[in-house]
Amino acid sequence: MAETGIGASVRRKEDNRFLTGKGRYTDDINRLGQAYAYFLLSPHARAKINGIDTGAAKQAPGVLGVFTAADLAADGVGGPICGWVVTQKNGEPHKSPAVSALASDRVNYVGEQVAVVVAETLTQAKDAAELIEVDYEPQQAVTKMKASLAKGAPQLHDDVPGNLCFDWEIGDKAAADAAFAKAHHVTKIDILNNRLIPNALEPRAAIGEYDSGTDSSTLYTTSQNPHVARLVLAAFMGLGPENKLRVVAPDVGGGFGSKIYVYRDEIVTLWAAKKLGRPVKWTAERSASFLNDAHGRDHDTHAELAVDKDGNFLGLRVSTLANVGAHNQIFSTATPSYLYGCLLAGQYKTPAVYGEVKTVFTNTAPVDAYRGAGRPEATFVVERLVEKTAREMGIDRTELRRRNFIQPEQFPYQTPCLVQYDSGDFPLLLNRGMEVIDYAGFPARRQASASRGKLRGLGLSCWVEACGLAPSAVVGALGGGVGQWESANIKFNPTGSVTVFTGSHSHGQGHETVFAQIVSEHLGIPVESVEVVHGDTAVVPFGMGTYGSRSGPVGGGAVYKAAQKIVEKGRKIAAHLFEASVEDVEYANGTYSVAGTDKTKTMAEIAFAAYVPHNYPLDELEPGLDETSFFDPMNFTFPSGAYFAEVEVDPDTGQVTILDMVGIDDVGTVMNPMIVTGQLHGGFAQGIGQALYEQCVYDDDGQLLTGSLMDYCMPRADNLPSFKTEETNQPCPHNPLGVKGCGEAGAIGSPAAMLNAVVDAIGVDIDMPATPEKVWRALQSRAQAAE
Amino acid sequence: MPSVSMTVNGKAVTGEVEGRTLLVEFLRQNLNLTGTHVGCDTSQCGACVVHVNGKSIKACTTLAVQAEGAEIITIEGMATNGDLHPIQAAFKEHHGLQCGFCTPGMVMSAADLLQRNSNPSEPEVREWLEGNICRCTGYQNIVKAIQAAAQAMRG
Repeated sequence: MAETGIGASVRRKEDNRFLTGKGRYTDDINRLGQAYAYFLLSPHARAKINGIDTGAAKQAPGVLGVFTAADLAADGVGGPICGWVVTQKNGEPHKSPAVSALASDRVNYVGEQVAVVVAETLTQAKDAAELIEVDYEPQQAVTKMKASLAKGAPQLHDDVPGNLCFDWEIGDKAAADAAFAKAHHVTKIDILNNRLIPNALEPRAAIGEYDSGTDSSTLYTTSQNPHVARLVLAAFMGLGPENKLRVVAPDVGGGFGSKIYVYRDEIVTLWAAKKLGRPVKWTAERSASFLNDAHGRDHDTHAELAVDKDGNFLGLRVSTLANVGAHNQIFSTATPSYLYGCLLAGQYKTPAVYGEVKTVFTNTAPVDAYRGAGRPEATFVVERLVEKTAREMGIDRTELRRRNFIQPEQFPYQTPCLVQYDSGDFPLLLNRGMEVIDYAGFPARRQASASRGKLRGLGLSCWVEACGLAPSAVVGALGGGVGQWESANIKFNPTGSVTVFTGSHSHGQGHETVFAQIVSEHLGIPVESVEVVHGDTAVVPFGMGTYGSRSGPVGGGAVYKAAQKIVEKGRKIAAHLFEASVEDVEYANGTYSVAGTDKTKTMAEIAFAAYVPHNYPLDELEPGLDETSFFDPMNFTFPSGAYFAEVEVDPDTGQVTILDMVGIDDVGTVMNPMIVTGQLHGGFAQGIGQALYEQCVYDDDGQLLTGSLMDYCMPRADNLPSFKTEETNQPCPHNPLGVKGCGEAGAIGSPAAMLNAVVDAIGVDIDMPATPEKVWRALQSRAQAAE
Repeated sequence: MPSVSMTVNGKAVTGEVEGRTLLVEFLRQNLNLTGTHVGCDTSQCGACVVHVNGKSIKACTTLAVQAEGAEIITIEGMATNGDLHPIQAAFKEHHGLQCGFCTPGMVMSAADLLQRNSNPSEPEVREWLEGNICRCTGYQNIVKAIQAAAQAMRG
């Protein structure tokens, strides 16, 4: 079965429907009698709401209802929640302001949902929304973190003094300070990690539906984790109970973190359907996505590295301000704390590391996990700092890294930042990357560029990340609100085909193919005979969804475990049919046999016997071949990589041209090389987008200046090169498939490599994104300084 | 409300629309051809690309009434008798799609490119795709798929 088993580039089972226009995304679904919702969004970044007059809107043609926060509060419906309690330096929990289901007495960012109109048609709803009169009393907004923390700053929330969400630390401060006291050299760097807008291509959407006959509701929604959405809607928003609420996340057009959360529009759409007794559909316009989808990154960091005279790292100190926007969401406290601070050791054996993070509320959209979530920020700090240290000390950057790498024989390796790395070979990654990019030939290439008046640069990023969320016990001890296991149910049908139900969710990753490959490998069934079902709480038992590169390591582990249960039950059935003892029945490649005999039964024959139990040990075994398993890993997985970027800068225009992008990855066992490479490509594109193109900008009044695809520069096909990828895989030792996550890797490692390349070319530090204007200005100021 | 008639994927259709109804809304809502997607509101992303009288256009910036009498081909009209069009087949073979949301627009855009240029270079493909955004793939496999389709179609 090797041709469709683990390790084969099986073409995707899901592709035919996407390629023929038969994908079924939320907005493609229409329910009988459906009405349309349109949200009125705040034009102000900060204002008191003295009153909302919905009278005229309610009288407008086709309008079924106009609702505000008061209507939802009257029904006891709550707003978005935070799912992770972070304990501060002082031992207190972080501050999470109360959030209502629609903005009530004040707004705190442009685009905040203030009221909803539901009408017979979308155009009627939009027309009516223009008739709502909101009595806003605009107030001074604060969008910058330092300004928000300053004395006398506008206060966003009555229950959050000083706009400080938390002040948190990781590592050993005294040890780090001692390391700096004995340092031969200290390299310092100030870094802005630019704020990004996820922009999954499918805008968020939801359809709420209520069935009065059964008193139950259904929410079709663009979610990466429908069971979590149902749990949250039932437990915190008062829209359950769970046995009366079905959440369906059908085909979802990309997530990148932005579709983890339960947003106000989804809550209100579901509630309005019951209120009005009509299915209610809402689809975001892209302009609204820019305003109120959760944004990503937005850090302001000072970092210092202490080294001895030979370049050995002695200590690292990192101090970060992280913007959480106007209020918390599910992962907005975990992302800039544990998902960031735990990776500050990078690939290095730096003995003392200390990090501290203050998260700050501002009058901007909420900021939460976006592809990589904390780990790109950590990698950027470490790898920018290491490269700068190499320059300052006059040591080759590959040599400096090599001297400080954790060595292959040191795994498992306990870092000073809580986590224990599972496996890896960092020198191997670096060496292979140097070969592929032809590191030795770079000086000659630089010279050739110089002779044409161009500035050539090469940059590296040697990174490690923690993904495969996660060991539930660890997550719980660190403040996480839920377990992080995954479930799988493998159900044989009587004639030998298989249906797999998984609690993880595909929004582009290819679960329907890869999980079928696991079944094919272990149960000897062709992938064509395996159907993978996900995304519907009515049919999948339970699950935590897909984020944090967890589907392969955790969801895949559950599929594997369920397959093993199937094998063991099948062995008992086979023993009965063979009239042999269970211990004598052997299983391999989908076939049971008894050693020394010619007796064999295929898995399909066993399945038939299980469902048509005419000759079956009914006194010992239940009929059917249907097993459920749960997998909760003992640790995160730790993918790693060495990324190299080579660029050429035109000093006259500041234009950066990418000449080469090489990624050498260790993502553990590769189940489908074609899909893994595709995931890495996508990560590179988002990481390079961050390094060179993308930047979310608010003005000082809190207006979003990059509010459309005409203002926010998403990488297009002609902005990117063809990438070179290879893998040097060390299997993960603590999940049954040996896989490490690959979904976020590219986005984690590539920004530092790309910006390091630009800095190498122009000889001066700049912030991301390295736009032509910024690069040109940096070159001008360097020239002026030299005069 | 004005009435509009056109041919969509070879079939004559008629519908009542508002003057402001977009072609993409007419396709998705009146005809239930939901393969054509809406990914933005500024005519940037290209998820809505269809062919009007043989040329690729963005159906989110065309009024339904502007397509009066036109021949429209959407993604649903690309496969014949269940066989994928060579461009669709190449996207599958070369993993030119992940979440699938941009895919219909990419395929329709590529089809127009290949009828203008049967052997496009990588830079020519990349430049042509300026008006189609993909957030998942990094474009590399899309480019590869389009060049492979070009080769297959040249025979």
